Amino acid sequence: MTGRTLYDKLWDSHLVKQNSDGSSLIYIDRHVIHEVTSPQAFEGLRIAGRLPWRLDTNIATPDHNISTDKTERDAGVAGMTDEVSRIQVQTLDDNCDLYGIKEFKINEMGQGIVHVMGPELGATMPGMTVVCGDSHTATHGALACLAHGIGTSEVEHVLATQCLVAKKMKNMRVTVNGTVGVGVTPKDVVLAIIGKIGTAGGNEHAIEFAGSVFRDMSIEGRMTVCNMAIEAGARVGMVAVDQKTIDYCEGRQFVPKGEMWDQAVEYWNELVSDADAVFDTEVVLHADDIAPQVTWGTSPEMVAPVTASVPTLEEQSNDEQRKGLERALEYMGLEGGQAIESIAVDRVFIGSCTNSRIEDMRAAAAVAKGRQVASSVKQVLIVPGSQMVKAQAEAEGLDKVFIAAGMDWREPGCSMCLAMNADKLGAGEHCASTSNRNFEGRQGNGGRTHLMSPAMAAAAAVAGHIVDVRSFVYKK
Amino acid sequence: MKAFTAHRGLVGPMDRANVDTDMIIPKQFLKSIKRSGFGPNLFDELRYQDEGQPGEDCTNRPLKEDFPLNFPRYKGASILLARKNFGCGSSREHAPWALEDYGFNAVIAPSYADIFYNNCFKNGLLPVMLTEEQVDILFKEMEAEEGYQLSIDLPSQTVTTDSGHVFRFELDEFRKECLLNGLDEIGLTLKEADAIKQYETERAAQHPWVFGAIK
Repeated sequence: MTGRTLYDKLWDSHLVKQNSDGSSLIYIDRHVIHEVTSPQAFEGLRIAGRLPWRLDTNIATPDHNISTDKTERDAGVAGMTDEVSRIQVQTLDDNCDLYGIKEFKINEMGQGIVHVMGPELGATMPGMTVVCGDSHTATHGALACLAHGIGTSEVEHVLATQCLVAKKMKNMRVTVNGTVGVGVTPKDVVLAIIGKIGTAGGNEHAIEFAGSVFRDMSIEGRMTVCNMAIEAGARVGMVAVDQKTIDYCEGRQFVPKGEMWDQAVEYWNELVSDADAVFDTEVVLHADDIAPQVTWGTSPEMVAPVTASVPTLEEQSNDEQRKGLERALEYMGLEGGQAIESIAVDRVFIGSCTNSRIEDMRAAAAVAKGRQVASSVKQVLIVPGSQMVKAQAEAEGLDKVFIAAGMDWREPGCSMCLAMNADKLGAGEHCASTSNRNFEGRQGNGGRTHLMSPAMAAAAAVAGHIVDVRSFVYKK
Repeated sequence: MKAFTAHRGLVGPMDRANVDTDMIIPKQFLKSIKRSGFGPNLFDELRYQDEGQPGEDCTNRPLKEDFPLNFPRYKGASILLARKNFGCGSSREHAPWALEDYGFNAVIAPSYADIFYNNCFKNGLLPVMLTEEQVDILFKEMEAEEGYQLSIDLPSQTVTTDSGHVFRFELDEFRKECLLNGLDEIGLTLKEADAIKQYETERAAQHPWVFGAIK
């Protein structure tokens, strides 16, 4: 028998039943719930007269549409000024209270973006299947979980049965060996991967990220990478367990203690791909080739090193590519051949489930320290990913660094990553953003998003335009 | 769930690759706690000149005249002809809800993003996968002929053009059965309750930390 991949192992250990038609019933260990994709699922349960299968598997929190403004947040759910959003958050509270589901409420310690909250509380642990009605659930794969986003019908399915009907995906391994240079972050690594395989490159695959670059990376960095697996088309991104994984989990609120901890660790250490495991698809990059990355277009695959220029129509090999490029350039208000560093930014957003963890805050603060936001930049939002990240950052004095630089220090939530709350771009505005999607209108109708790392976004805030953080910060 | 067996209808175009679910239904409409009513806001930013708000009456909003689905010839389209990697990005099931509520019964594209593809089946919306060449032929025929219709038959897994092309498409047996019969998937899974309970018992013995942690 040939060896098994990490994904194979996770799949096998959650297989409840293999059906003759090729579908399988897969057991779900952890279900994370937020306000936007759950109300219709709870309503579906009620209409069908069903109850949740198991309560101690679910964990909920509001994150997508809540305000990040301190005054509004202090007023709680009742004080939410957007009535439609208020009803949605209230509905989450009501549903969790009704069924007895553990919820970290709007201003409670523990609340945060679902994919920041789950790992930091130890609610997601290695070897688990983790689902959430949000495509960035792949984030949890950084802890060697089989984690993926689901739609609302499946939220209801998991609530009612603790299972999903699934079909096994193909195995893809993305290997990046070598050591990344100074100023090159996990965000740059994953953007470079997306640039290479494209936004559909991982469709129908579960990706395992392997190689020295990921081994050297912190767990927070691995989360940034796995988070964006979906931007490469893969629902699932994973990194195998190593000592960093175990160290990260130890002592967190929901992880086992004592003898059960030892038992868990013994099992978790098996969660690596066997040496002779075979992957359906292999992709290889080298760390030396990865510079800080910036998206210039309207899909995450429209990405380039910060030192490069916006592509030209002449460089495109076919009509479809030319058409796509033309449309993207028009939407973004850019010229083919224009240097990436010449793009001026109107707003900066540092946050989201991709880049709002403590390391991201530290990286941004290291650039902001002793500097000032350029006068041409209208707003710099710094949105910590959770109450715990916020508290930690404040304990380290990072909030003061940001405020002194002329940046806004906000309350935890998804914020301008998807602009469901008041944090959004105006039409035509360019944004240096640490989020995950640069789709048309994503951060506000007509808004123009440039994805990059927290250090790069902070540097853009200071420079007033996109700039290579390596020459901007580290040479001065 | 709504069943799907066969459908014949007018074809409307979405002629660009990588159409994301933010484009299909922008975020402000996700604040709704309902499952219906998203049709008027399908492709909202591409379709209207102004920025739409949830709950707003869309009947008098100014349309973008260059958006094909606004052309009179595509009014009443029930089959959306699209390009590769349709439905990428966010997992929002509001995307198939909006397509279905607008009046689409099926989408035809060379490929789909995984989560969107899966979500379609839960809502009686058939995502048909053909080759890029076949989709090209359909685009050409549609552009050449006003009132262009296609016939989709799920039992035989075929798309048939009036010009005589018969294109076969593939899909999983389980999904086909559920769609053909409008089956309640949760009800089907609950028939396996004993297997699920047995799995839980065995798993709890092996990995007890997975159970009971969150209170």
